[in-house]
Amino acid sequence: MKNMGFQLQNSDFNKILNELKKEYKIYAPKRFEKRGTFSDTDMIRYGEIDSVEEIVWKEKSEYSPKEIIFPITQTLFYFTEEEYKVPKVDDKKIIVFLRPCDINGVRRLDTIFLKNGEHEDFYYKRLREKVKFVMIECKESFENCFCVSMNGNYTDNYSIAVRFEDGQVTLDVKDEDFKGLFNKVGKEVDFTPEYVKENHVKVEVPEVDKMPLEIFNHEMWKEYSERCIACGRCNVSCITCSCFTTQDIPYEDNPKAGERRRVWAGCHIDGFTDMAGGHSFRKEYGSRMRFKTLHKIYDYKKRFEENMCVGCGRCDDRCPEYISFSTCINKLNKVLKEEEKDEE
Amino acid sequence: MGLDLNTKKVKKNAYRITKERGKTALRIRVPGGHLEAKYLPIIKEIAEEYGNGTIHITIRQGFEIPGIPFEKMEEINRKIRPIIEGLELDYGVKIDDPEGGYPAAGTRNVSACIGNKVCRYANYETTELARKIEKAIYPNHYHVKIALTGCPNDCIKAHMQDFGIVGMADTQYDSYRCIGCEACVKNCKKRATGALTFKNGKVKKDERRCIGCGECVLKCPTGAWTRNPKKFYKLLIMGRTGKKNPRLAKPFLEWVDEDTIIKVIKNTYEYIDKYIDRSLPKEHVGYIVDRTGFNVFKEYALKDVELGPKAKVAEYIDFRGYKYEKDAFMKEEE
Repeated sequence: MKNMGFQLQNSDFNKILNELKKEYKIYAPKRFEKRGTFSDTDMIRYGEIDSVEEIVWKEKSEYSPKEIIFPITQTLFYFTEEEYKVPKVDDKKIIVFLRPCDINGVRRLDTIFLKNGEHEDFYYKRLREKVKFVMIECKESFENCFCVSMNGNYTDNYSIAVRFEDGQVTLDVKDEDFKGLFNKVGKEVDFTPEYVKENHVKVEVPEVDKMPLEIFNHEMWKEYSERCIACGRCNVSCITCSCFTTQDIPYEDNPKAGERRRVWAGCHIDGFTDMAGGHSFRKEYGSRMRFKTLHKIYDYKKRFEENMCVGCGRCDDRCPEYISFSTCINKLNKVLKEEEKDEE
Repeated sequence: MGLDLNTKKVKKNAYRITKERGKTALRIRVPGGHLEAKYLPIIKEIAEEYGNGTIHITIRQGFEIPGIPFEKMEEINRKIRPIIEGLELDYGVKIDDPEGGYPAAGTRNVSACIGNKVCRYANYETTELARKIEKAIYPNHYHVKIALTGCPNDCIKAHMQDFGIVGMADTQYDSYRCIGCEACVKNCKKRATGALTFKNGKVKKDERRCIGCGECVLKCPTGAWTRNPKKFYKLLIMGRTGKKNPRLAKPFLEWVDEDTIIKVIKNTYEYIDKYIDRSLPKEHVGYIVDRTGFNVFKEYALKDVELGPKAKVAEYIDFRGYKYEKDAFMKEEE
């Protein structure tokens, strides 16, 4: 079956982006020159764009697009002695250019913020409702990607799918809101986006019912106590890590007024488990690795019937200690299989 | 016919008068301490065919080839032409006769740590700047030692040089991206100067305490800390070893740009030319500064230099170090 798409030059696409900017904020992975961790390196992360040339599509972004709908720092309300006020949100709608793994990742965020218990998260919802996805076609796996193993490689949940080539874009426009924009400028072509079919990295995820509680205390986690430095780069780069903490900030000149904000938190970072009375858990870094791993492929799956991890591999890209999460899952699988064999 | 040498000319040609009569040693310059491996076979050939088959790796990151008969100097000078071309002329250094060997040896090889080609801590490409400095000052007979280091770890020992250049990162903080993990705060306190404090869930920087090491950027998991793409440097001056008064170099300028560094070093050569004691076989620049005082040096060094808004200049410098002649082991009655 033929699937009608549009092909247009970057310059024409830019005109459309300009048109869309009246109603939308447009986010895409872009290059922040010389803003990388090391001197003379660039940072690729999400930011607002004005033109297609700014979109970095040949490389994987270091950070996921989650910060657009789940901001790193977000003021929840301002308070005085008697009352509080929720800050306004920008009227504009939002377009995000992102890959299939990240679209699948956003579904996990939706589950956590909107379907986990009785209450929907008001702050997440009001941003999320504004978002339309432009799926960046992703045919070739990057280093460390294991999306195929995690079913993160495919989705049809997009308004537009885009294939970038030097100088031109090819689009599959599904959203009626956008179709009118392309009829006049685009050349009609047959286009169906392709997906990654195979990664270099393959992961075998153990079944939830094959993971006994004893695995929590298994030796295999100890290795990570020696290797992990608890920096939290894996947490902050992950599309599905959704933990946050809240801070009440009294204003310096008048502490009776202030604001409550929420800020990302990560299970690898010191302070994550701090409780009243000075208690804390998982002091060993290996137990943090265990907690994260089992959250991504065990607890979440038990509750919501799919793995939380989508296999984007950013945790592996970013770990300064070369700890590979995909290798950890495979290790866990191997350990479980060996233990199963021993029992037989 | 006896061997008749003008030793001064020999030395200026980068050959040493050695303890073994009739034998010399050639010093190959490697500005910035980094070179393509293709030059090594030339060095190997000279060592094996003319020298004693060994090579000494010098403290300044050059190669010294010992055991060479003086008669072979001209022949060898022709052989090292590709090295002089590849490591000097190609970077803009002016050498009139590329087959005549090195035209000067007073200003020593400009050395550098590996820099941000490889190292995560380095705040700039040290070899690149070393080559620019080489272009600005070489060939020159005045005895000046320069070294460049990527960060205040100072692996090249810039503190032991007449001029030591240290990379400084102008780190910038985006509080929105900060998750309050305090990795930067704890690390700055432990490893550097404690310029960062944590208040109300976010980080504050005391600019006066910040030494521009860039550690906060390295430790930040979210990219809340980044480097200003504009590069800054610290210039340390008049460090030395020697038989009189060894001492560490001290900061003269901070938060200055590349052009300022080069200009100040060039100006210093004019200063040397004016004040050097010509009755001595050679006088190191640090001792000239001791004689004229810091303020005279400073005036010369900063001539026609336009300092940026971030730049800091030392008001005075207490060099200290220690003096052999006043050493604690020397009794007065002796």
